[in-house]
Amino acid sequence: MLRIAKLPIAIFALFIIIFPWIARQIPAIEHYTDIMVFAGIYCLITIGLSLLMGYTGQISIGHAAFYGIGAYVSAILTVRYGLNPWACMCIGMAVTAAVALLVGAPSLKLKGHYLAMATLAFGIIIFIIFNEETEWTGGPDGMAGIPGLSIFGFDLDSVEKYFYLVWGFVLAAFVFTVNVIQSGTGRALRAIHASEPASSAMGVDVFRFKIMIFVYSAVLASLAGSLYAHYLNFVNPSTFDLFFSIKLLIMIALGGMHNIWGAVIGAGLITFLSYEWLHYFEEFDVIVYGAILLLVTIFLPNGLVGVPGIVKGWFRR
Amino acid sequence: MEKITLASQLLQYLITGLTVGSVYAMVAVGFNIIYNVTEIINFAQGEFVMLGGLIMVFFHVAVGLPLILAFPATVILVTLVGMLLDRLAIRPIRRPSVLTLIIATIAASILIKGAAMFIWGKDPYDLPAFSGRNPITFLGAVIQPQYFWVIGFLVITAIALSIFFDRTIIGKAMSACADNADAASLVGINVKQMILLSFALSAGIGAVAGITVTPISLMEYDRGVMLAIKGFGAAILGGLGSFPGAILGGLIIGSIESFGAGLISSGYKDAFALLVLMAVLFFKPSGIFGDIEISKIKRF
Repeated sequence: MLRIAKLPIAIFALFIIIFPWIARQIPAIEHYTDIMVFAGIYCLITIGLSLLMGYTGQISIGHAAFYGIGAYVSAILTVRYGLNPWACMCIGMAVTAAVALLVGAPSLKLKGHYLAMATLAFGIIIFIIFNEETEWTGGPDGMAGIPGLSIFGFDLDSVEKYFYLVWGFVLAAFVFTVNVIQSGTGRALRAIHASEPASSAMGVDVFRFKIMIFVYSAVLASLAGSLYAHYLNFVNPSTFDLFFSIKLLIMIALGGMHNIWGAVIGAGLITFLSYEWLHYFEEFDVIVYGAILLLVTIFLPNGLVGVPGIVKGWFRR
Repeated sequence: MEKITLASQLLQYLITGLTVGSVYAMVAVGFNIIYNVTEIINFAQGEFVMLGGLIMVFFHVAVGLPLILAFPATVILVTLVGMLLDRLAIRPIRRPSVLTLIIATIAASILIKGAAMFIWGKDPYDLPAFSGRNPITFLGAVIQPQYFWVIGFLVITAIALSIFFDRTIIGKAMSACADNADAASLVGINVKQMILLSFALSAGIGAVAGITVTPISLMEYDRGVMLAIKGFGAAILGGLGSFPGAILGGLIIGSIESFGAGLISSGYKDAFALLVLMAVLFFKPSGIFGDIEISKIKRF
């Protein structure tokens, strides 16, 4: 699990590069590029979350809050103060890192259920703040008029240009995270997952690693939030509710949280499910999500990434 | 019109808080029953309360059963849901870890919520109060008769449970599972059955909470999550696993929420309980009655 082959990453990068071109050829899936922008945004969050939950074994049901802080910092600073969007993005990440440090330091001393509940409570409190601080956030109606992004005067005004921007970030985050996993840090994280007392006896600074990964995953979520705000030019609190945190959980559980590829696969699948394939169910899609989560937990504890292993197991028998 | 003084207003907040707190206390007791036997935190605990309220509305209002029949019918139905939760979501998990168990109960909770939305829609439902809605005025505070029912049922639940765990053989067997499941199975206790029973019991108590609170605060499909989190806050505040702690914790959380909403900001009503929850988790995770030594030997 620590070794991650380079070839699939290259193939995946190639797939991303040609994706908009393929989508343009087939009218029925033309809008898939747009959906893939959201998939990329979610991917950024799930990559960090997979590192946190799958590799380090720490549960967070509050990452929607970090996503929201990123989005709202970008939104408020660009709309109300007219700052440069890129600067806002960086400020958003800095603010999120500070909040994550503040919440994470006491939270990560907790284990299991306690940590889950602490992050859950934190997520809901932030959601309430988004709703209540109307002067800043616009309240439940949200904020419109968030400017788009541009690089050196080159406007990222089309879906395709934004697609490459988002997936560029995703690939960078992915490669960086893979490097983390394959480094000594990655081994330390796996050790923490297996047993905290044992790893601390081996000289691993358990708390420092946990907080590092927590902050890293929060910053990725914040970046995703900023990208979301600048893409949609609009934010409102309901995007960052508890159910979004649960959806993130479904993404990494479905993909397989013990493997970084699971984060990508899960985010992609759930995005397409929610934007494209579950329209028929309308608001009852929660039943589908609940069923997916339960079935995956019972029958595919390693997620879709674990399926090849299961199939191989059948043939060996 | 009587003049509303600050004192009577504070009394009003306290009474409302204790009533709401009684519901949180019942949810917290439900958490504890399952936690004590299985060491699982059942994130779907709040859904039992929601189901209790909505199924009661179905039996009592839609079908027209009298209160005395609709009440037990509802409790039995929700109890069955609790048993199904254990059989369909918890027991099939092959490699239980805290992460998979949390995810399984979260999955179950959104499934139940989705099913409730499918059946009842998104509107809140009202239930006639058990003994009318003529408020009683006491020192300037207005008390709904239903408040007494809520608090009364908390008292009844607490007494019944303490008799059950201290005096009956099944209750003692369940306590044995809580102390040490392996040892319990060695002396011939069917641990799986006890787990099933713990889910049944805690679902039943959740249903009672839901039935009694619906005439006061109405009930809708998505109320479960908040109730679960606040109930968990109550359980943590009192010390996870402790029944007196759960009741005290519930009453405190309810009061804080009521005073906070009344005196500081009603928009942040839900945030107060969550802030208490986080503060307890950060500064004294063992709670008021919790034992730090016991929490060390727990698996999760």
